[in-house]
Amino acid sequence: MLKRISPLPGPLPESAVCVPIGRAGFPAPFPHGLEYSPPCRGTWNIVHTGMLIPEAHQIFICAAGCLRGVVLTAAEMGLMERFSSIELRESDLTGRDNEQLILAGVADILAHLPEKPRAVLLFPACVHHFLGCNLRYVYRELRRRHPGIDFAECFMDPIRQTRHLTPEERLRRAIGRLLPELPKKKQASFFGNNLRAPAEHDATRLLRENGWAVRDMADCASYDEFRELGASSLQLYTNPFSLPAVRDLRERLQQDYFYLPQVWDEDAIERLLMQLAERLGAKAPDCTEARQRAEQALGEAQDLIGQTPIAIDLTFTFRPLSLACLLLRHGFHVTKIYADAISPEEEADFRDLQEHHDDIELWPTKAPLLRELSRPVHAEGAPACLSLGQKAAFFQNTPHFVNMVEGGGRWGFSAIEALAHDMIAAYRTPKDIEANVRRKGLGGPSLL
Amino acid sequence: MKHVSRILSTYSADTFGVCSALYELGGMIVIHDPSGCNSTYTTHDEPRWFAEPSQIFVSALTEQDAILGNDSRLITDITAAAKELQPRFICLIPSQIAHMIATDCRAICRILEKKTGIPAFTLPTNSMHYYERGIFFALQKLAEITCQALPESAAPTHLPEAKWLSEEELHKLRQKKGKALRVNVLGATPLDFAMNGSIDSMRHWLEARGCHLASCWAMGSDLDTILASHEADLDLVLSYGGLGAARVLRERAGIPYRIGIPFPHCASARGDAACPPEGPAYIIGETVFAESLSRALEAAIGLPFTAIVPMETDDELLLPGTLCLTDEDELSPVLREAALIIADPLYQPICPAGAAFLSLPHIAFSGRLYEEHIPNLIEADCFADFTKKILGKFQQNRV
Repeated sequence: MLKRISPLPGPLPESAVCVPIGRAGFPAPFPHGLEYSPPCRGTWNIVHTGMLIPEAHQIFICAAGCLRGVVLTAAEMGLMERFSSIELRESDLTGRDNEQLILAGVADILAHLPEKPRAVLLFPACVHHFLGCNLRYVYRELRRRHPGIDFAECFMDPIRQTRHLTPEERLRRAIGRLLPELPKKKQASFFGNNLRAPAEHDATRLLRENGWAVRDMADCASYDEFRELGASSLQLYTNPFSLPAVRDLRERLQQDYFYLPQVWDEDAIERLLMQLAERLGAKAPDCTEARQRAEQALGEAQDLIGQTPIAIDLTFTFRPLSLACLLLRHGFHVTKIYADAISPEEEADFRDLQEHHDDIELWPTKAPLLRELSRPVHAEGAPACLSLGQKAAFFQNTPHFVNMVEGGGRWGFSAIEALAHDMIAAYRTPKDIEANVRRKGLGGPSLL
Repeated sequence: MKHVSRILSTYSADTFGVCSALYELGGMIVIHDPSGCNSTYTTHDEPRWFAEPSQIFVSALTEQDAILGNDSRLITDITAAAKELQPRFICLIPSQIAHMIATDCRAICRILEKKTGIPAFTLPTNSMHYYERGIFFALQKLAEITCQALPESAAPTHLPEAKWLSEEELHKLRQKKGKALRVNVLGATPLDFAMNGSIDSMRHWLEARGCHLASCWAMGSDLDTILASHEADLDLVLSYGGLGAARVLRERAGIPYRIGIPFPHCASARGDAACPPEGPAYIIGETVFAESLSRALEAAIGLPFTAIVPMETDDELLLPGTLCLTDEDELSPVLREAALIIADPLYQPICPAGAAFLSLPHIAFSGRLYEEHIPNLIEADCFADFTKKILGKFQQNRV
């Protein structure tokens, strides 16, 4: 009989979960363990990213449990006509030639599609590694049997992500391999970002001012337009998952690449723009005006927000610690950072925070205890907390938050300026937390 | 081709069925899987996740631990979390890889019990079956635990026959008993019943017929209520997921069971459907739901409806004429002949243009996408609106 054998657990102290950044380990401040999933869904997954390739069709081969998340991602995007699946059942683990199952399944799907897709993004799963499925043979046969269709060798194999390429990295590399070798143009492209770079992107402006055409993988209207990325002389990337892809493109298509890390530091931004200008053979840009605008916007935000505690989470930007440093330098009161791990790229910012702001609380987002920790209740009136990111908003239970993932695709001084405006808006106008954090793939199509 | 979906969704998995069934009972449920399962379940299949805490976690199995058979990390992680959170029980459920490498979850549960003092059990899931099977196993296990303390002599020598729910028979049983019948409702989860008030309606329906809802497995009843429910007079099976528990309670505690969902039975719309449609009318859904609705609509409209069950079921639940069709390839030719199809909106792309389609969203298929549009058909008003829509569809098709 299931009898309670211990007293009811009391409320958990916050100290059971968080750690002051001054005492946090690097790069893994929290022990590995069971994982909880907070109900904040704005981040992009591999289906969202794959849908950025126009006229491409995605096929997943996996069990119902794995399939459920990806098929409903496509459904919520309203793009089921670009998604198919081959569902693995128990007997397929022992009594099935899985290579033939994939070949026959793909052929059946292609035969029944109203139009032949230009490309197929094929996603086997963890189980195919364990089955020893000969995917080289599968892809060779697929290309032989279906000429005119490009096959991207993707994978949904999270079991390998701690020691191998993650599914997100592999997907971007596979997408990059769809690009043909074309005569190079004075053209740069953003590669591997989920969110389209806005027109005011500092690097875009620099490129255009110097006569470069700019394309964006996240903004292609047709497959032919996507293939034109193969004519770029330079690939720009901000999403760290894109590195294996741009390395591969340099090898295969001799395309140079340039990393625009999503730093929130004025000097670092200026340095990167100088380096980019040098790479382009262009004159060094004058950043004075853009820098002043960013400083002014931050000043206005600070005047309003004052010492209101600020919480930041890792989904808001690829560089949450860099953002914390920026806000602290400008007089904001950052009190909490939600990040399960620290990116090695952020070590300098981490050490800086340890040295100068050692009492900032570092929180995980996946620790089981978070499920039982009560979320704060705020009195009406001035915001008790401002959150940057969905997870920070959820855990802080604050309706005053900037709802954004991956930095909104912004970069540079213009990103700082826009952020300051967003912070002012979030401080002034509360949002419904549940309604705003439930939608998947923020910034992409959604029926919700 | 079997296994292949060109455009259809997939039903929720057995692991998620377990989570949904045990969600409100104060236990800790650990899906033994690399990643993503937890997020999928809590995003698409669990409408309670934002507001009502429950301890559902994923083990984050790595390739190295899988290949080397390193279960010690799993045991350490669950032990650490359980000691902090003090759940009423621990349920460890394998996903596909754990199943494939034959992780000995029963042995792990025995170790967990010793280390934590908390009851621990596993269920035979593998993410390769649909949700109803997970609900079935979870509720069956609860029934076994509920009956654990009963003496062998409590087991009946003659097993009462299982029947479909009938209002007349319920009335007779109530009269025979002389006081309120205590009824357990088995097989209720948001995957089939959404959060649209269906369970409250069920309670009112029972109360209006002199019955008392002793427990609901497992929405709205806590673990202690469920563990005490072996004293009930009758079990009502609302879905295939409740059938295993009903059988255990019948065999061990002598509680008879009836099958069915009490949709209103009225003949109010019969006159409006004088001209029968040219082709069959189908309802696609969970066995008991689709069959109960078929019977209710037949009574209301006076035309035959056929249930199509695309997931796990049991012969005992299948009424004559019910079709069990799972794959897109099996469904498409049958639907081609249909005059009317009542199904989740994600089925519409495979329905022929000539057939009328009436949307009836099902969380177990389309997740949260249409959850706000799921009608509570146990309520008479709602059911009447639904029948009007059906008649409207028939009339449109005739025009």
